[in-house]
Amino acid sequence: MLFGLDILSTLIWLPIIGGLVVLAAGEKRARILSLIVAVATFLFSFTLYTQFDMTTAAMQFTELHAWIPAFNINYQLGVDGISMPLIILTSFTTVLVILSAWEVIKKKPDQYMAAFLIMEGVMIGVFSSMDAILFYVFWEAMLIPMFLIIGVWGGPNRVYATIKFFLYTFLGSVLMLVALIYMGLKEDSFSILAFHTLPLTITEQIYIFLAFLLAFAVKVPMWPVHTWLPDAHVEAPTGGSVILAAIMLKIGGYGFLRFSLPITPDASSTLDWLIITLSLIAIVYIGFVALAQKDMKKLIAYSSIAHMGFVTLGFFLVFMIIENTGSANGAAMGVEGGIVQMISHGFISAAMFLCVGVLYDRMHSREMGDYGGVANTMPIFAAFMVFFAMANAGLPGTSGFVGEFMVILNSFKANFWIAFLAATTLILGAAYTLWMVKRVVYGEVANEKVEALEDLNAREFFILGVLASAVLFFGLYPAPLTEILHSSVNHLLQHISVSKL
Amino acid sequence: MQNIYLAIPLAPLFGAIVAGLFGRKIGRTASHVVTIAGVGIAFFLSLIVFNHIVINEAPAYNGTVYTWMISNGINFEIGFLVDKLTAMMLIVVTFVSLMVHIYTIGYMRDDPGYQRFFSYIALFTFSMLMLVMSNNFLQLFFGWEAVGLVSYLLIGFWYTRPTAIYANLKAFLVNRVGDFGFLLGIAAIVAYSGSLDYAEVFKQAPAMSGQTIQIFAGYEWSVITVICILLFIGAMGKSAQVPLHVWLPDSMEGPTPISALIHAATMVTAGIYMVARMSPLFELSETALTFVLVIGATTALFMGLLGLIQNDIKRVVAYSTLSQLGYMTVALGVSAYSVGVFHLMTHAFFKALLFLAAGSVIIAMHHEQDMRKMGGLRKYMPITWITSLIGSLALIGTPGFAGFYSKDAIISAVGESSLPGSGYAYFAVLAGVFITALYSFRMYFLVFHGKERMDDHTREHLHECSRVVTWPLIALAIPSVVIGAIYVDQMAFGGFFGSAIYVADAHMISSEVAHHFSSWGGLILHSLSDFPVYLAAAGVFTAWFLYMKRPDIPAVIQQKLSFIYKLLENKYYFDKFNEIVFAGGSRMIGGLFFRFGDTKLIDGLIVNGSAKTIGWFSGVVRKIQTGYLYHYAFTMIFGLLLLLTWVVFR
Repeated sequence: MLFGLDILSTLIWLPIIGGLVVLAAGEKRARILSLIVAVATFLFSFTLYTQFDMTTAAMQFTELHAWIPAFNINYQLGVDGISMPLIILTSFTTVLVILSAWEVIKKKPDQYMAAFLIMEGVMIGVFSSMDAILFYVFWEAMLIPMFLIIGVWGGPNRVYATIKFFLYTFLGSVLMLVALIYMGLKEDSFSILAFHTLPLTITEQIYIFLAFLLAFAVKVPMWPVHTWLPDAHVEAPTGGSVILAAIMLKIGGYGFLRFSLPITPDASSTLDWLIITLSLIAIVYIGFVALAQKDMKKLIAYSSIAHMGFVTLGFFLVFMIIENTGSANGAAMGVEGGIVQMISHGFISAAMFLCVGVLYDRMHSREMGDYGGVANTMPIFAAFMVFFAMANAGLPGTSGFVGEFMVILNSFKANFWIAFLAATTLILGAAYTLWMVKRVVYGEVANEKVEALEDLNAREFFILGVLASAVLFFGLYPAPLTEILHSSVNHLLQHISVSKL
Repeated sequence: MQNIYLAIPLAPLFGAIVAGLFGRKIGRTASHVVTIAGVGIAFFLSLIVFNHIVINEAPAYNGTVYTWMISNGINFEIGFLVDKLTAMMLIVVTFVSLMVHIYTIGYMRDDPGYQRFFSYIALFTFSMLMLVMSNNFLQLFFGWEAVGLVSYLLIGFWYTRPTAIYANLKAFLVNRVGDFGFLLGIAAIVAYSGSLDYAEVFKQAPAMSGQTIQIFAGYEWSVITVICILLFIGAMGKSAQVPLHVWLPDSMEGPTPISALIHAATMVTAGIYMVARMSPLFELSETALTFVLVIGATTALFMGLLGLIQNDIKRVVAYSTLSQLGYMTVALGVSAYSVGVFHLMTHAFFKALLFLAAGSVIIAMHHEQDMRKMGGLRKYMPITWITSLIGSLALIGTPGFAGFYSKDAIISAVGESSLPGSGYAYFAVLAGVFITALYSFRMYFLVFHGKERMDDHTREHLHECSRVVTWPLIALAIPSVVIGAIYVDQMAFGGFFGSAIYVADAHMISSEVAHHFSSWGGLILHSLSDFPVYLAAAGVFTAWFLYMKRPDIPAVIQQKLSFIYKLLENKYYFDKFNEIVFAGGSRMIGGLFFRFGDTKLIDGLIVNGSAKTIGWFSGVVRKIQTGYLYHYAFTMIFGLLLLLTWVVFR
């Protein structure tokens, strides 16, 4: 409680109500009003960090109200060390997105901003729901604002992209709903924590695991259900891409930790090879695919898929490590690495998309072939772009290194070849990212349009500067982040190392 | 002392940040003042550390600066290990860096990116210091990649040149191939020892040597061998050993000061330093040592040969660097780590000197680098000439000069070795002596003696460079002469490095050979009765004969041996092979995966395919729903008829 308010409820409803107010207030005051709401939410979300108890794995800031008593469905909220950083990341990113849209969105800015604020509330709802039905409602509600953002403010091929995006994610989540209802009826409760201890046979577990897998794999996205992402990114406006990459993808990774692993530990153990294989394909295959891209946004989208491969890989190494060493003690680094990678990717992919946005606002092209020699006319921008590219390539000292490093170190414990394939990102990631830098930033001025480019304005400088600071800070000192994770991750590993059979 | 250790890397970092972020505001002079001050402070403090650790024999310092993070109960730390090896490296890095900083004032005088350049080289100094001062693998890897980053930025410093931005991408990627191995090596260490701390890992090394790992089913490999080879792959990238050497010659696209600092004296020796630091691990695996030895010997000989046919003055020095790095690696391979590091030190001075002298020539020649357009510069640039001569004499191992002691020690150590491959290595390092002398003095004669082949305009403007350029040359020339004699007795086979370097008893060099290296004067006398000196002399004589006396002969040789010439000119086809197989292959695979895997198969067939199937099915089903009453009536009657038929005739 802070000022008599339930923190999590406030974090969910403040931006949603704020978004509605922005809608009502109209275009004129939309910008400043949205910024106030976003900043307020961000500052308020920080109380989660300051009041967080790192010594316990139990849910904190819990709230419980009856919602649909007939089915035992509750409005139940709570966070642990896994979800808390993701909530702060959400409120942080939303501020930047509102700022990035400031002068750029000319068409119905009030609706655009309102969509992002509502989206923020809904996403925080996803991360803090402790009731499966509540989770599902937020999970699906998330699609609506994103659908509108891409469909209304998107590029020329936006209709195809939105339908693809919607159907893909919807298809995945329907099966998840079936699984949730099945367990809810069995347990006579929809509390997620109750699901964790629900006894399930191996067959039940495998069906439930696969249902979850489809839902989460689409969101992450994992190969081969990833093809909606490049299309969605290419058509989305900059802010949409930022939220999509920085937050929405993380919800898939979060789902694995909150649902798949603790609810179906035996199925996870049986099918871990599947996830590991798909993760390695994401890292290697997608790395090669990224090399072939000519559109900057597509390249970054593919790079996102490859980076998210580390998240899923880190999460599912645990069973092989148990098999090799006989205990789950040595597996925390992989799970923590995956979470660190999620947070860090939130910063870096947001920054990369914002960089492309900066160029797109000026040149209205995402094709690398239209650029060349940007460093000559935009030296400050070039410095940022090279910095974020290096972070994307996992350079030590940036946050991009931390998660990858942890996952690669841990995967060696599982198997040499897993580490070998995962480590190819060192080469592939550098190749596609720096090749893009070479074609866009370096070289002689390619044409008059590049010649006429103007460097960053104060607003853009501020946004990229804030992100650069975050990337650098967590690269040089990730301990504040990993400290939050320890208790929850250890608790999770303890839980899944005990069979439910 | 702790504050001093901390201040050594932070002083250059401060300079780099100020010059990098505020360079435009504070202007050119302030930028070079702040960075030079930073590096100068680092150098001064390094002298204090050297005095403390080496001269006063204080015990090594091993301490944590801060805990980066904790995971799995493993501490990831930033910390310093300052022993005699570190103390020596600190001096080399900060001294050469300081000289290069000062020199840069002259070399980059007219460049619009002046402040940026100073920021980069100061940042490089910081990264390199973090690397050599590290006490754990995390920080080592940080420094390792950070110097790679700065190298990338500096090779591509003139980012409008297509060749420069090609070269920097290539350098970064080839280095990443090495880092790939390096990171796996670190992962193996963590997996088997559960620690990133040098001291802890070394303590557990003997226990690890008994363990095996199955990489291919059915083959048990010793863990230590796997670790050492993986780590050495990292060294091969950074220290440009065959076949990961291809980036170094191209890195000459960067401004000359960084060729001296990064691509000759310091960064490229990081691999040598790392292996020497890891001697407690390498000593446990003869397989890994043999691997190191053969790679080093191959680099020493074959890269030297390439130096013979280069016409670009910087490229000659670059190939010479490759070859000398090969010498250092050979020393590591035969367990003569301290000799390798000794050569690292002498080489840092004379090679930085040679590069900076080449840069001085390039300034005077208005950025002409082709030696065929030079000649006779001796009388126009006396200081550059005499310092170049000193550098070349040191490089070829003239008795008395610095390079002589370290190179002779390497040759003796290889001669003593009984590792598999040591015979080949012995041949390679001996042949290398002749070749080194030949290419060095070919360059020397072509540049400073003989006919003046430049155009009149250039000749009229020829003059010695300003003092900011010549003073660093002189400052580097002094150690290029004396440093070998001063330290040979302690560094070659003496106990200079103390516990920093570990050599197994079985790999120790015999005391009889070591005895020769105990006094510098005796060594000179001894060398006169030995082979290498005459090989070097023969090389110099050949160079003189071919390029001064009978300049018509080289063309004839080139014609007669056109096959070999072509092989050398194409650099053994490494570049072409990489360009086609690795670069082209990856692009092709990427394109293939994208066009067929993603676009055709997943999107075309499955995603859009299922949409199309549904569309087709709906189209078929839709035909039934025509909306015409008589169609429906007809269907009903027809159905009723079928039903009745079935009822009646069943």
